[in-house]
Amino acid sequence: MKSDHTDSSNKLNAKTEDVSGMFDDSAYLTELRIMMLKFAKSQLADEALAEDAVQEALIGALKNADKFERRSALKTWVFAILKNKIADILRKGQKYVQTSSLLEDDNDESLDHLFNHHGRWNKNEMPINWGSPHESVKQDHFWRTFEACLEHLPDNQARVFMMREFIELEANQICENLVITTNNLHVILYRARLQLRECLENNWFLKKECTGAGTL
Amino acid sequence: MMNCKNATRLLSDKKERSLSAKEKTSLSIHTMMCSACRNFGKQMDSLSVFSQSYIKNKSQ
Repeated sequence: MKSDHTDSSNKLNAKTEDVSGMFDDSAYLTELRIMMLKFAKSQLADEALAEDAVQEALIGALKNADKFERRSALKTWVFAILKNKIADILRKGQKYVQTSSLLEDDNDESLDHLFNHHGRWNKNEMPINWGSPHESVKQDHFWRTFEACLEHLPDNQARVFMMREFIELEANQICENLVITTNNLHVILYRARLQLRECLENNWFLKKECTGAGTL
Repeated sequence: MMNCKNATRLLSDKKERSLSAKEKTSLSIHTMMCSACRNFGKQMDSLSVFSQSYIKNKSQ
């Protein structure tokens, strides 16, 4: 098995070199590749598998590179391919090895500031109305904030959140992969969502309101 | 009485499993009175929209 990965990885590397000339901006490509690899590694235990998935996704996208006028379009396309590759690999039963670390940040302390001792929202933490999500997604700046907030999540939470919401794996597939209980999964997702929404609210939705940049 | 901490947990869980009749009732009574948790519930769906838009190919 192992040698197969290495072989295919070498082959893919060779192919990537052939098509790399299609890109004017190698710095952008490098940056994109790093982001993809980070994402793939966060989902797959095996580094060689992660490398393979990224290479294949890039090659798939580079074949159609002329179709992309905007970088953001290329990026979303590449990630869509990568997402499918990772989902395939995970469905085949690739187990994530570092399961012990999954529940290490399993404490409520980071969320303590959100609620008072009665379990009610603290006054300055109350969620506001974000309006239609379809308005936010049209704005490039929003995605920078979104990425930064994802980065800000503890690694384990980000990984599980992305498995569920990006790759749309079923709960039982995630639990099997990570060897955690359904309740563990729900707790991790809850914490990830609490923190992600707080970050987005503080760094995007509230700022938009203050500067009057919002259209509504 | 359900508090906001419990309600938010259920609003996240709702995306993962069907809530029991009792959970549904307590949650809807709470969100009827609590606009912050109502907003939180909508934000849970927005997070899914953002995640899918982030990954989806919008160029085709």
